[in-house]
Amino acid sequence: MQQTISFTLNGKPERVTVDGERMLLWVLRGDLGLTGAKYGCDAAACGACTVIVDKEAVRSCSIPVKDIAGKRVLTIEGLAQDGKLHAIQEAFVKHHAFQCGYCTPGMILSAYALLLKKPRPAAGEIVAHMDGNLCRCGSYPRIVAAIEEAAAVARGGTE
Amino acid sequence: MRPDEPSRRDFLAAGTGLLVFSHAGPLDAQQPAAGARRNGYPTDFNAYLRVGADGRVTGLVGKVEMGQGEMTALAQCLADELDVAFDSVDMVMGDSGLCPWDSGTGGSTCIQAFSFVLRRAAAEARAVLLEMAGEQLQAPVERLRVSNGVVTDPAQDKRIAYAQIVQGKRIERHLANVPLKPVADFRVMGRVQPRKGAVDMVTGKTKYAGDIALPGMLCARILRPPAHGATLQSVDTSAAEKAGARVVRTGDLIAILHERRDVADAALRLVKARFEPPPPGPDDRTIFDHLIETAPPATLVGERGNPAEGEKQAAHIVEETYLNSYVAHAPIETHSAVAAFEDGKFTIWASVQWPFQVAQQVAQALGVAPESVRVIASVVGGGFGGKSVTTPTGARQAHEAARLARAVGRPVQVVWDRAEEFFYTNFRPAAVVKVRSGLDGAGKIVSWVYQVWGAGNRDSISVYDIPNQRTTSAGGWQDNANPPGMHPFGVGPWRGPSANTNTFARESHLDLLAAKAGCDPVEFRLNHLTDQRLRRALDTAAKRFGWQPAKAPSGRGVGVACATYKGDSRMATMAEVAVDKVTGHVQVKRVVSVMDLGLTVDPEGCQLQLEGGFIMGMGYALTEEIHFQGGAIRDRDFDTYRIPRFSSAPRIETFLIDNPSTPPAGCGEPPALTAGAVIANAIFDAVGVRLCELPMTPERVRSAMQRA
Repeated sequence: MQQTISFTLNGKPERVTVDGERMLLWVLRGDLGLTGAKYGCDAAACGACTVIVDKEAVRSCSIPVKDIAGKRVLTIEGLAQDGKLHAIQEAFVKHHAFQCGYCTPGMILSAYALLLKKPRPAAGEIVAHMDGNLCRCGSYPRIVAAIEEAAAVARGGTE
Repeated sequence: MRPDEPSRRDFLAAGTGLLVFSHAGPLDAQQPAAGARRNGYPTDFNAYLRVGADGRVTGLVGKVEMGQGEMTALAQCLADELDVAFDSVDMVMGDSGLCPWDSGTGGSTCIQAFSFVLRRAAAEARAVLLEMAGEQLQAPVERLRVSNGVVTDPAQDKRIAYAQIVQGKRIERHLANVPLKPVADFRVMGRVQPRKGAVDMVTGKTKYAGDIALPGMLCARILRPPAHGATLQSVDTSAAEKAGARVVRTGDLIAILHERRDVADAALRLVKARFEPPPPGPDDRTIFDHLIETAPPATLVGERGNPAEGEKQAAHIVEETYLNSYVAHAPIETHSAVAAFEDGKFTIWASVQWPFQVAQQVAQALGVAPESVRVIASVVGGGFGGKSVTTPTGARQAHEAARLARAVGRPVQVVWDRAEEFFYTNFRPAAVVKVRSGLDGAGKIVSWVYQVWGAGNRDSISVYDIPNQRTTSAGGWQDNANPPGMHPFGVGPWRGPSANTNTFARESHLDLLAAKAGCDPVEFRLNHLTDQRLRRALDTAAKRFGWQPAKAPSGRGVGVACATYKGDSRMATMAEVAVDKVTGHVQVKRVVSVMDLGLTVDPEGCQLQLEGGFIMGMGYALTEEIHFQGGAIRDRDFDTYRIPRFSSAPRIETFLIDNPSTPPAGCGEPPALTAGAVIANAIFDAVGVRLCELPMTPERVRSAMQRA
């Protein structure tokens, strides 16, 4: 059913008139031209499509767009502010925490949600939180190191 | 090595200025690079590089960046030989319309072979620029110095930048026999550099093929058979049309198209199709007998001494059979393509490893002139061999998009869903290896008969010094090497083809023999190893790991495995595992991997490959296996096909042997080779059971422990 759905997208008001049952991923990619969220599977099994909805990491392939009405959506395109990379993005670059880069937007946003909730995650907590995000290139140890560093930077790098 | 790939002998000659390529003709860099012709690497350096009026250098290379880091490593080659800042180099890659012809991305040949082509072009360009600078500054070339693209004459305190010399024009002058920069003079190569494209990757700006959106583009979803070999009997697409999708039938393709991918997808689910199932075939349990029954006659790969005579000296004959399953490449980016057909010409953005060959194939298939097809594979979201075109399936999506674009007269996107990716990838073949070996009373291997079915012969000859040995191979990963029906679906290269199977079998068997001889597995290997580079890698691994010699099983859960790849790379890996004796779950806790790659252009990139390659290899070792019944693939998503994840990743330490006087070896594939054996050997060390079939799932580990 066509419906008009209003939400906040990367800090700005957004409104789409679409079938509300369509998954957010395809509305972002097809209707709004934001291709940072990637397709990897249709079953929330890989994490490549991860975006932030009201501070939670959400698999956009599996959430109907009607469910985000009135909510705040952050995609990878909205993470850097005024051309300045977010600490997690900086840390990913510094640690070479990716190879092909395809899973990277989903990785970074999953990590972002973790650090919102838990600014000082232990390595085991990072692994547990990130376990649903798949990287076929095998960058996992580097991603964990990058998240640890981003967490330290966010605390002022004192620990 | 493909026919047009220059050989290492050429490169060794390169330093003395004797480098000659066959089939090579000058190619104008401003014109399309004639992608369809197998015309070899151009000798005109203008094909590979341009110096812009702003001083920035553009490198043009037909190789594909798919995560292995070539964009960075090749920019290092270019910057160093040209004496420009690394930051001033921009790379254009994988575009058959802009880049000079290339043989394709695979076989770990990019640095091993191609880096010399690029370095030679840059070295010649530098020498020409220096000559031109000398004329302009009225100074002898010997007196000139170059740094960051600026030529200085210290005697006159005069300088001129490359950009001023070139003035945005093509460089028409050429010089012969320009030597490459000696290793001692490297400033960019051999050092860690920022990764090219990294900021775009972390900000979501990188455009993979499936991210290309063209005006009027339709997304296509294609009707697929339920099994390889199934034939369509009837189809009713009326419900899909009623749902607002466009239905196109062209040749054997039935496609459902819509502006929105998910709407096309929903419409595809409304299509009612009846397929005639294929004749029954083997399944994932019966496949191994099937392979031996249907394989072509074995061919001799290598022979030395006389194994039958050798057995006469043996105190023990040790025989074992090793099995591995089909596995998928499973890149997170599924096969994707966008094709536009305009004025009789195709432009295809595609996630493929061999853009020039794909352009040629598409031109041939669609009956257009080769120069009418441009394939752009500027960045690929993981390949691992699955997007190469040694088999027709490697670039199937590019063909599909092109055919549909012509049929509908609008740009068409084809992005496979995960089930299609698991159905059409060119699988790593299932394989059987039988080893019969003889061990004498002194613990020396005196005979070795090695037979492999299904995987191929790469690195099947033992690297160990065994006086009597015979190696045969039947069938292989090259799809056309096998009789129809041998493999029930397409197979192809998968990160270290053949070699990942052969390394598993050989290195497992070495440990079997070491245990029989009552010898420490490292010592046993060294007792049979004359290859000095591999000995050094193994020694280094033992030191870094802190290997304490002991006869296995020691209960500690430590293992070792060695590998060579295509005669170039040398590698030793050690691992520590924990085996849950109740569930059979294997956790890899720590890995030390040492590689001798000869000269390393991008050491950081090599370490990334060592880490990631091993982790990827853990998949075929522990969890990954394609479940199938005849041509029907049962795995459709990551729920049943489990690839390594964060919780599987071990602590991993990697070391590169400093060996810059040896030409560079391939680095992309070898790191995945040792995973099977080093884990199998560590499991044996932990619990005393030998797993001879990959993957070593908890069920298999458990049942092996119960049998023991």
